[in-house]
Amino acid sequence: MKALLIAEYRDGKLLDSVYELIAFAEQMGAESSLFLVGSGEALPGFNGDLYLADIARHGEFNPEVHKELILGVAKQLQPGLVVFSHSSYGWDLAPRVAFGLKAAQISEVVAVVDGVPVVPVCNGKMRREVKAKTELRVMTLQAGAFGLPEIPATAPQVIPIDTSLSGRISFDGYEEAEKGGVDLSKAEIIVSAGRGIGKPENVAIIRDLAKALGGEYGASRPVVDAEWVEHNRQVGTTGQSVSPKLYVACGISGAIQHLAGMKRSEFVVAINTDKDAPIGEIADVLVVADLKQFVPVLTEKLQK
Amino acid sequence: MNILVCVKQVPDMESKFKINAAGTWYDITDLAWRMNEYDEYAVEQAVRLKEQLGDADLTVISIGPAKVTETIKKALAMGCDRGVHIVDEAVAGREPYEIASAIAAFAAGKEFAVIFTGMQSQDRGSAQVGVLLGEMLSLPSVTTIVDFAYADGTAVVKRELEGGIKARIKVAVPALFTCQLGLNTVRYPTLPNIMKAKKKELLAVPMAELLSVEPRQETVKISFPEKKGSGLILEGDPAELADKLIRILKDKTGVLA
Repeated sequence: MKALLIAEYRDGKLLDSVYELIAFAEQMGAESSLFLVGSGEALPGFNGDLYLADIARHGEFNPEVHKELILGVAKQLQPGLVVFSHSSYGWDLAPRVAFGLKAAQISEVVAVVDGVPVVPVCNGKMRREVKAKTELRVMTLQAGAFGLPEIPATAPQVIPIDTSLSGRISFDGYEEAEKGGVDLSKAEIIVSAGRGIGKPENVAIIRDLAKALGGEYGASRPVVDAEWVEHNRQVGTTGQSVSPKLYVACGISGAIQHLAGMKRSEFVVAINTDKDAPIGEIADVLVVADLKQFVPVLTEKLQK
Repeated sequence: MNILVCVKQVPDMESKFKINAAGTWYDITDLAWRMNEYDEYAVEQAVRLKEQLGDADLTVISIGPAKVTETIKKALAMGCDRGVHIVDEAVAGREPYEIASAIAAFAAGKEFAVIFTGMQSQDRGSAQVGVLLGEMLSLPSVTTIVDFAYADGTAVVKRELEGGIKARIKVAVPALFTCQLGLNTVRYPTLPNIMKAKKKELLAVPMAELLSVEPRQETVKISFPEKKGSGLILEGDPAELADKLIRILKDKTGVLA
């Protein structure tokens, strides 16, 4: 089976996630070719064909045009599998391509069991094995689910591609993330508040524990969206990635996007009333308790 | 201007989930249901656009059994003008391509200038229906928006990317937008508006009238992930738990003196 793997550029740089796509295709026993809208200056190490469209001409984010380019390659190559990262680029582009190819799209694949892709349900609480009814399958892969292979030093065989389509969506550049005074990426101890804190007044409970431990406090996305904690303390895919010695997750269920931002923590303590919350899967210690009762007791004992 | 917002009813994610008898989905009985969180932002943005324009007609659409009318009514109470209920008892097993096809069949020819959807559902999480709907209606679509402004036929939006970076995007309407969490501050329906919503039009359309495609994928099995088993689970009295945890932190981490 042939696989077409869709690499990504962000801000003029090649993203490493392309190597996860390559690792996945190897696991599927597929013969891979790469697709990239990029420039000849930064190409992935790869032993095979790379279909390259010029980024200066086709834009870094231009989904209608990128779709057209991928459909053109697919027509030539006749792949059985078209693979994207489940990223802001991939989840945007994949359904367009799947529609154009009349193919099933299987989103956010985390594993493959006997050739059948597995995807998360309800934010990782359950998993689903999905079979496509179409011969050609489009897939997006969860970040980090498939390891990086050894990167070959060889340069790919470049096949230039082009389209005259210009698309209806115009991209006017990036806006940097809000920079605040808190750099959680360097903190050794982080205590984070999740939706389970219930109301904004309870942020103080989390802040007090962080102080008693000599660390910083952070928050998961719902708490930041509710404006209970400022955005520059958000941990997760769209916030900061952290790797403290101790991470205390209070009332955080453990959505994939949050786990992605804190899974490199050395020691994880989760405080949650739900024994089955996905955070329990990566926690070294899960304290099954109501944080509003437990955390103040813990803080008081630590202060002594 | 005609505006459409698509909403899904999903279980509360804090629910105790069980697997159904066929082993292909979660058991849909004994769950508390609510509007998909991403769709709440979509409804809010649609209502804000309607308020900005004044002269606009805002339709909310949802697919499912009778109980999804509760979710449609919430959207009507938030400010949508009319509701469309695509009646489908089998919605839990539908895949994104089928859902998008049914909505597209309804929307075709109705000249919706702006369509909002959530970027994904909280249960299935495929992030496909919005974009597929755009493709089926030949509309440009912009996904994962966290900021939306409209003037003179053009929408200026921001897409959220990894690491909190945003991409500035411009697109002329008609166009479709999929909404990310935090796009706006979602209003609570007021009691007078809840009462008013009861009098608003709620059209029921059988799924069979709109669905003309075959599914392109199927779930063969759903299961709970295996527990890693390495984590320690502590339960009991808060004071005892705190002592235990402090002991563990002293033994296992270098952070407590």
